[in-house]
Amino acid sequence: MFAIDYYQQAESVAQAVALLAAEPGARLVAGGTDVLIRLREGRGDYARLVDINGLEELRGIGLADDGTLRIGALSTFRQVMASDDVRRLVPVVAEAVGTAGGPQLRNVATVGGNICNGAVSADSVGALLVHDAQLEIQGPEGRRRTPLQGFHTGPGRVALARDEVLVALHIRPRDYRGFGAAYYKYAMREAMDIATIGCTAAVRLEGEAIGELRLVFTVAAPTPVRCAHAEAAAAGRPLTAETLDAVAAAVAADVQPRTSWRARQDFRLHIIRTLAARVTRRAAERAGGKF
Amino acid sequence: MAVGKSVTRKDAAAKVTGRARYTDDLPMPGMRWACYVRSPIAHGRVVRIDTTAARRLAGVEAVFTFEDVPDRPFATAGHPYALNPDHADVADRRLLTGHVRYQGDEVAVVVARDRLTAEAAAARVAVDYEELPVVVTAEAALAEGAPALHPGGNRVNTLRFEAGGKVDEVLERADAVVESRYRTPIVQHCHLENHIAYAYMDDMAHIVVVTSTQIPHIVRRIVAEALELPLSRVKVIKPYIGGGFGNKQDVILEPMVAFLTLQLGGVPVKIDLSREECFTSTRTRHATVMRGRAAAGRDGSLAALDVEIFSNTGAYASHGHAIMGASCTKSCNLYPRTAVRFAATTHYANVPAAGAMRAYGSPQVIFGIECLVEEAARAVGMDPVAFRIRNVARRGDVNPLDGHELLTCGLVECLEEGRRRIDWDARRRACRNQDGDVRRGLGVACFSYGTGTYPSCVEIAGARLILNQDGTVHLQVGATEIGQGADTAFSQMVSETLGLDCDDVHVVSSQDTDVSPFDTGAYASRQTYMVAPAVRQAAEALKGKILAHAALMTGQAAANLDLRGGRIVFAGTPEEALLSLSDLALDAYYHKQRGAQLTAEASCKTMTNPASFGCTFVDLEVDIPLCRVTIREIFNVHDSGVIINPLMAEGQVHGGLAMAIGWALYEEMLIDEQNGRIYNGNLLDYKMPTFMDIPDLGCAFVQTREPTGGYGNKSLGEPPIITPAPAIRNAVWDATGVKVDEIPMTPKVLYRYFSGAGLL
Ligand SMILES: Cc1cc2nc3c(=O)[nH]c(=O)nc-3n(C[C@H](O)[C@H](O)[C@H](O)COP(=O)(O)OP(=O)(O)OC[C@H]3O[C@@H](n4cnc5c(N)ncnc54)[C@H](O)[C@@H]3O)c2cc1C
Repeated sequence: MFAIDYYQQAESVAQAVALLAAEPGARLVAGGTDVLIRLREGRGDYARLVDINGLEELRGIGLADDGTLRIGALSTFRQVMASDDVRRLVPVVAEAVGTAGGPQLRNVATVGGNICNGAVSADSVGALLVHDAQLEIQGPEGRRRTPLQGFHTGPGRVALARDEVLVALHIRPRDYRGFGAAYYKYAMREAMDIATIGCTAAVRLEGEAIGELRLVFTVAAPTPVRCAHAEAAAAGRPLTAETLDAVAAAVAADVQPRTSWRARQDFRLHIIRTLAARVTRRAAERAGGKF
Repeated sequence: MAVGKSVTRKDAAAKVTGRARYTDDLPMPGMRWACYVRSPIAHGRVVRIDTTAARRLAGVEAVFTFEDVPDRPFATAGHPYALNPDHADVADRRLLTGHVRYQGDEVAVVVARDRLTAEAAAARVAVDYEELPVVVTAEAALAEGAPALHPGGNRVNTLRFEAGGKVDEVLERADAVVESRYRTPIVQHCHLENHIAYAYMDDMAHIVVVTSTQIPHIVRRIVAEALELPLSRVKVIKPYIGGGFGNKQDVILEPMVAFLTLQLGGVPVKIDLSREECFTSTRTRHATVMRGRAAAGRDGSLAALDVEIFSNTGAYASHGHAIMGASCTKSCNLYPRTAVRFAATTHYANVPAAGAMRAYGSPQVIFGIECLVEEAARAVGMDPVAFRIRNVARRGDVNPLDGHELLTCGLVECLEEGRRRIDWDARRRACRNQDGDVRRGLGVACFSYGTGTYPSCVEIAGARLILNQDGTVHLQVGATEIGQGADTAFSQMVSETLGLDCDDVHVVSSQDTDVSPFDTGAYASRQTYMVAPAVRQAAEALKGKILAHAALMTGQAAANLDLRGGRIVFAGTPEEALLSLSDLALDAYYHKQRGAQLTAEASCKTMTNPASFGCTFVDLEVDIPLCRVTIREIFNVHDSGVIINPLMAEGQVHGGLAMAIGWALYEEMLIDEQNGRIYNGNLLDYKMPTFMDIPDLGCAFVQTREPTGGYGNKSLGEPPIITPAPAIRNAVWDATGVKVDEIPMTPKVLYRYFSGAGLL
């Protein structure tokens, strides 16, 4: 039983935007796997809901003529994992959402909800960031596009106005072609867990060397972070243990792990360093590289 | 012959099809909901409580605070009544309290027409507290000047005993003495079905309590004690139960729902705890700290074990006063030729109350002992399996503490079987001199355990058999099916003795204390053993009545007749049916001159309590940089006497192993040592392993035939949980060279140990 005070089912994105604008305190509900948890915890600020589950515009995964991959915001983790386009072009996205919760959760939880909920542990975020996903957002003024990079503004906070709806995510060919990528969710158990540390790496090879490394950590700072120092340490370097050591050494400058009852800072930093090297290596190997 | 066969569980189909009805599936018109008002602080006194806002909420019917409940302390531990007052359980609870002793303690209760209203109203009860200093650890709780949680102070009791020799002298003379400190965590049972109960009155005097319990007859007594009512005015019904593991061998919600219905004119009132409330406000496993020493001889003898242990029973005693005594004494059967000394102190602290949990303290005690024994073996340069085989109990050994002879003991065979099965020598050799990031190791540990609670408590069990008009029988027992498969085992016993197919024995699974035979319930590992004599006697008696009636019907002498496969036969020619049981039943019921309803009932006390034995073997891998353990192979080998139902027995072993892996590597209730705040009282933050984390689990049995048992069987319900943790710890030592002396060995803990050892 949930104490829901207000509930409307939107019939179009425009109507969803209008309902949000008209009803103070209302928010969207997609799969509900974050919203209903908060409501059960007694959070009154989750009791006014605009349901977007009926909106076909937010569904579907497919390719545009220019090769850009579009993932509708209402796509469930299960649908993402089953999509041929995702598996062929950005398999790390399928790998990442496949680590979320358990099968029941993945059948209902959506990618849009995962991003807009703003959790620093969201499992889809690293994979979408290494592929520089672009967000398509609709608000009262119409549609806008903005990069996912920078969308997270703090723990549980994103740069989305109260009356805006995330419609879809787009990944451009230049951000997936030639990359090998990997995600490692370091958690305390193999299912039904939130990442203690999440590490995603994408590597494009240039000959025998790393042409480009894109490295993202989640739960390593107040927002998901691209690791500029670690990436620079790898660029143009050969596929050797020394390069991996350099990545592991440099990454400390990119992250701000903290001590909490869940884990201490020194432990988190140790795991971050270990994963920076291991996941970069796996991504490079998936790109065809050999160490 | 049904004993020894894997007959299908009686309740399997009902459960997997969802037909089985649990407490929450039994609605009642007019049901009210009650919700507790819980303390947000771990220690303090209520200085002001204001219920006005709660009462004003539409739909709220009553609010009771600690000032409105009987000022009479009662004990909650699910033990049989003790005739000897010195043996009585600790009475330290009231229905509600103004002196809160842990975060979550109950100061008031709200009754409303539905759950949401009750929760909303509970949140509106305004309470001011005067905070008191908080003690969380043994050290803090037992320190000079520590704030007393209860009038008698924080020490619940201390038990000391020495047996098998003078430990100090042995330690002095020994070739090698090892010493360590060990720590085990607070964990929760995490049974599938949370605590739930409701009560109503259907006449002017009697209270009916429907509850998810392991111990309906004990609940009846304690509710009566708490409310100062004659026992016969309370009736307890136990429907299907979704697991308990000891957490329902305690009386938690029942006195409150009974109190509420009594106050509210008999309307039904229900309390259905959330998972979060279950974590903080039911019972847990005792956290322990142990200091242990072991002495070993170069000849491979384990000369002495010296154990000092502190057991944290939390805010209320529950079973705390009994657990250390039970577990320390049961461990004396493991190395009966070794001198042992125990000093066990149980204390209060501002953490959730600890109570009974699968194996009742033995996992904690055996964890320390089996870590010490490992160390002793290494100190004298002996292989850990060989060292154990040299020292463990054998048939004919005498328990040094109580002088009882071990009539059956297959522990050496268990260890030998495990060593063979895991290919111990070859695999251990392969584990020498490793230096990679990922290293492999093997571990072993063994245990002894009891079966029931005698002579600490009475052991009584009852069974009633009724021959139905269609020739089948109904069995009623006072023992409770809570998911472990007891009903099925009982039906096999009836089938075996009566000569009837298992399918023709229906077990009445629900208990009703007005109707069900008396039995103290599902705890220890007692039921299959303690119920066996009652079932056997009842079955023999019913068989006698059936054959006597057959004699009347056929004119043959009863002595020449037998019952086989549901048919009356000549004992000499059992292939030929003389009469079917259904024809006989109809005759017994309806013949106008002869017969009667054929029933038999037995209530038996048991004055034996055989030890069971077993061990765990494990092969695992440690990823040192990631501080992670991966189990490659793990299995238990048990001597539990005759195995009544091999498939169900295997299920018990799998369940125990999985729970133990959680205890060893994952689970811990994290509580702030300064303020008693509980950090992770929910299933997300408390890392109970999932299906994905549990490796394939193995088991084997070394079957002995226990002469004291009705069907040759000994305990199996709890034992599988005892040894996996020390075996895993010993394997981690084998793999990495690092001795981890605390569990759970989570990545965080391993990081600390591996950094300390210079591995990272
Ligand atoms: C048992 C369980 C396990 C979980 N495990 C994981 C895990 O392993 N990894 C993980 O990352 N997460 C996990 N989660 C969290 C949650 O499932 C995910 O964050 C999920 O992706 C949320 O999606 P949803 O559709 O359910 O979101 P909802 O709960 O419906 O919404 C979440 C938030 O996003 C907003 N929102 C939703 N859709 C849109 C949109 N199109 N435009 C704008 N705003 C929108 C909502 O208003 C709300 O604030 C778990 C949750 C549960 C209950």
